[in-house]
Amino acid sequence: MKDKIARWTLLVIAFSAVLALLLITFFIFQQGVPLIFKAGLKNFFSTQWSPTHGKFGISSMIVGSLMVTFGALLIGVPLGLSCAIFLTEFSSKTLQKNLKPVIELLAGIPSVVYGFIGIIVLVPFIREHIGGPGFSVLASSIILGIMILPTIVSISYDSLLVVPGTYRAGSLALGATKWQTVTMVLIPAARSGIITSIILGMGRAVGETMAVIMIAGNALKIPHSILDPVRTITSTIALELSYSVGDHRMALFACGTILFIIIIILNIIATKLTRRT
Amino acid sequence: MIRLLFLPLVFLLTLFVDGCSPKKKSCITIAGSTSVQPFIEKLADQFMAKYPGIKIDVQGGGSTAGIQATFNNTCNIGTSSRNLKQNEQELKTFLMCYDGIVIILHQTNPINDLTEEQIRAIFDGTITNWKEVGGKDSKIIPVTREEGSGTRGSFEDLIMEKKIISDACLVQDSNGSVREIIATTREGIGYISAGLVDERVKAVNINGISANTENFLSHKYKFMRPFLLLLKDVPAGNVKEFIDYTLSTEAQDILKKYGLISTIAK
Repeated sequence: MKDKIARWTLLVIAFSAVLALLLITFFIFQQGVPLIFKAGLKNFFSTQWSPTHGKFGISSMIVGSLMVTFGALLIGVPLGLSCAIFLTEFSSKTLQKNLKPVIELLAGIPSVVYGFIGIIVLVPFIREHIGGPGFSVLASSIILGIMILPTIVSISYDSLLVVPGTYRAGSLALGATKWQTVTMVLIPAARSGIITSIILGMGRAVGETMAVIMIAGNALKIPHSILDPVRTITSTIALELSYSVGDHRMALFACGTILFIIIIILNIIATKLTRRT
Repeated sequence: MIRLLFLPLVFLLTLFVDGCSPKKKSCITIAGSTSVQPFIEKLADQFMAKYPGIKIDVQGGGSTAGIQATFNNTCNIGTSSRNLKQNEQELKTFLMCYDGIVIILHQTNPINDLTEEQIRAIFDGTITNWKEVGGKDSKIIPVTREEGSGTRGSFEDLIMEKKIISDACLVQDSNGSVREIIATTREGIGYISAGLVDERVKAVNINGISANTENFLSHKYKFMRPFLLLLKDVPAGNVKEFIDYTLSTEAQDILKKYGLISTIAK
């Protein structure tokens, strides 16, 4: 009897999470989709964003989001992956025990703090030493790259750790060096976990808002170099929501719809890739 | 078990704590422009100290939201930092004070004067180098406010006229962060509310007229926007009391202290 009660209670709780997701999906689409059709696809995917004047083009923001995310991966993935490899294969147990919690601590820093550090340290540095206004694709990519580190490190670490010890022993017994073992045996074996970590990091980078608003400069023009300012989809929603009314507000929900679709696509790719192995 | 129940109970009870609603007689709800908000809060504090029986609740949301809220009766008094549009004219307006829109530059920028046309050309993207307006040979980094902001709206009306602000401008979502960027960026130019200009940035003369109190008061400096109080009906009771207070010498002196331009002492 008690088992049954437990089962049903847990079932209801499990479905409440799904229900929340369904409600959010329904709400975003219900608010956003009508505007896409009202404005027309041509207007909606143009590069002119001026919602109070009836221009709802979000292309430049989609490009912005993709650029910043790609930049973040370019910085976060090599760093994160090497860190995970070092921790599992090349470090002592004590170092492992101490380093990993420190890296995970990065995840606990609020994004506004990252943004603040970006404004105080990174933006002036880029402006003085590299060029441009400092508020740039580069600055956002670096900060986002650091923000996604804990995700990439801890999931890659776990998936490297569960590769059976016999694989390592076998490879070394065949005369492979430690580095060869890592690149030819361990990484392929842990592939699905590593890809999952990258996709999850990507999701975090696409969705990050506060830090990006503070350091990206938010100019609507499509950037021509990594030193130009950039505007992402999330920052547009956060910047303009408080003032928006009518069509402007619906346009922001439409941005949300597009963001939602991008993230769903990312997740589908992630699950497809992990299943194949 | 009792302890477990305690927390939700507290949450429930907070729901019944005396809330402010526009329907209540002893309570005034004010909503609207975020530019007006800090100043109206100061006045509300003074007012509540004088009339202890009345409670004032001040909310932000933006000029457009304030106008909407006044129409829908979700607030007693709306505030706006821009003039009303054609379809909003039915509301009763009270001019509380004026606020200057000031163009600011980095402290080290050698330029002290700009004409209206030059500012327009900088923000619409036709002028992109300081050299073209008599400065050093460096790129101009213009900073604007986000779409929908009251300050941006007034800047567009007063200075841009029919020109569109270029999409190459950096966008920030408050007067404070625009000032922050200009204070730290040598090539920057931005516009903020006169009350918020400080020694870290340099206010520029427009058409040779400097942005100082004297020129504000004489209306020689043209780029000023009104801070409006909006009502749906003729003011009565506490609301009238508060409106009268904001137009009193005492309240206007407070506003003047914060760099705003009083409407009664010309």
